[in-house]
Amino acid sequence: MDAPAIAASGLTMRFNGFLAVDNVDLEIERGELFGLLGPNGAGKSTIIKMLTTMLRPSAGSAAVWGYDIKKERDAVRSSIGVVFQDPSVDSQLSGRENLDFHGRMYGMDRKTRSDRIAEVLELVDLTDKADVLMEDYSGGMQRRLEIARGLMHHPSVLFLDEPTLGLDAQTRRYIWRYIERMNEDEGVTVVLTTHYMEEADHLCKRVAIIDQGKIVALDSPENLKDLIGADIVTLEVDDSVTDDQVRAVSDVDGVEAADRAGSILTLSVDRSEARIPEIVLSASRAGLLIRSVSMHEPTLEDVFLKFTGKKIREAESAGAGRMAAVQSRMRTRRH
Amino acid sequence: MLQINIYAIYSLWLREMIRFFRLKSRVVGSLAPPFFFLAFLGFGFGSAAMPAIPEEVGYVSFLAPGIIGMTLLFSSTFGGLSMLWDREFGFLREIMVAPVSRLSIVIGRTAGGVTTAVLQGLIILVPGVAMGLKISGPAGLLLSLVFMLLIATTFNSLGLAFASRMKDMSGFSLIMNFMVFPLFLLSGALFPISNFPGWLQTLALFNPLTYGVDGLRGSLVGVSAFPLALDLLILAFSSVAALSLGAYLFEKSDVE
Repeated sequence: MDAPAIAASGLTMRFNGFLAVDNVDLEIERGELFGLLGPNGAGKSTIIKMLTTMLRPSAGSAAVWGYDIKKERDAVRSSIGVVFQDPSVDSQLSGRENLDFHGRMYGMDRKTRSDRIAEVLELVDLTDKADVLMEDYSGGMQRRLEIARGLMHHPSVLFLDEPTLGLDAQTRRYIWRYIERMNEDEGVTVVLTTHYMEEADHLCKRVAIIDQGKIVALDSPENLKDLIGADIVTLEVDDSVTDDQVRAVSDVDGVEAADRAGSILTLSVDRSEARIPEIVLSASRAGLLIRSVSMHEPTLEDVFLKFTGKKIREAESAGAGRMAAVQSRMRTRRH
Repeated sequence: MLQINIYAIYSLWLREMIRFFRLKSRVVGSLAPPFFFLAFLGFGFGSAAMPAIPEEVGYVSFLAPGIIGMTLLFSSTFGGLSMLWDREFGFLREIMVAPVSRLSIVIGRTAGGVTTAVLQGLIILVPGVAMGLKISGPAGLLLSLVFMLLIATTFNSLGLAFASRMKDMSGFSLIMNFMVFPLFLLSGALFPISNFPGWLQTLALFNPLTYGVDGLRGSLVGVSAFPLALDLLILAFSSVAALSLGAYLFEKSDVE
């Protein structure tokens, strides 16, 4: 049997005592479209940097396409394509020249290069922009070229670190289509990081939810959402809501769980469209004033909330604080 | 890690070439200072007799090789430091994640930086000749090319060594002003170092560019303070030493 595309065990990254990645075990099959989902500062990029040999792990080990990331770095590098989070093109070169540079770095001869350049440009719809300088590309075009470049040398695994960060909704959908297309047409294993719930939901066959350097849940988006099961009904009520009133609401048939945070009641409700009238009735019988009602089907956001106890945006500001702490620590180390 | 990837070296070299010929305004900008030094010092001091310059040589023939040395010093140090830009704009990651040995990356970058620096040195030769620089002959011209290569290799590698130790661009102007400029003024490019007081002369002997300028003068004009073989030997040594240092520090440096 072939080795999995990625097998990591106990992967750990410590920056001066700060745990950025905490003992991560991960196995990704060949041909998968896999997502690492989590807030900024959760450790996703650090995981990618270790798997792509840009950072040496503090502890643990991993193999990419069967090659050890510590001992067989060049073999790993030959097997992977990487689209970094930040731009990494030479803006003074044209799109074609950037791809040509890349192909040569991977030892492709002239004929192979020019055939492949035509192919990958076609894939990301940039054929007519091939000879335009990168500095004249828009942000979305540049991203597409970087994706094409990542694919240029026929990698077995393609890493995409926040591929749609900062792009508008329409460009994001295009990029999604390219990613799906290359996963299907070229059979390349794709590992992407994102902090956009809908991106992970839409694209990935399996998703690992990451928070504070740990994988807290890993499954297909459908299975993850099934963990939440029922729909989410959110009631905005009076601040003075009592426990008895909450019980009156949660005792309604079909209400599986109720959670109160200040004046917000969050209920898990099976077939919520049929239950809401009864919930409202029972609330008013208990003397509870409802200001607004909203409902939605479970999203990965709810899954994230379930496993981490916070919304991804709250986690993000906490994560940003963590990042700032690391950076200031690293700065002090340098001077 | 010691294998050499010819394709990759060529790719890195070619990139520098494309950028050199594409960014004409930058080339003009970097050639302007040596050109102005040559023109104004040449016209200003051209007819004055300067102590320690043989009279039959004349100041312009004395100055022009020095200005070529200056051009090489500035453009090659800048070329080595340009790794900072690649780090700043992310392109360094694209280079570092490729399955290419660090040594090949250093060789490719150095080859590109040295070629562009020597091209600029050759360009400055043209106004030099126009102003009255008399070249001794084709053999001398060929030998001067060797000196240009060695000067450029030395300082390109030093630039790379510094860039490998710096985390951002803030140190750039510090190096240009406090290392490159003194090296230039201390090299005897503008006047013979024998005009310096004794202690400064001693200091100048530790400057590789002193031997570079002297070698260029010896090969182009036929007048030099040291034997050309000595110039050649010291520069060859400084090239190898600087290249090793640059390669070592680059290997050690982090991308992130």
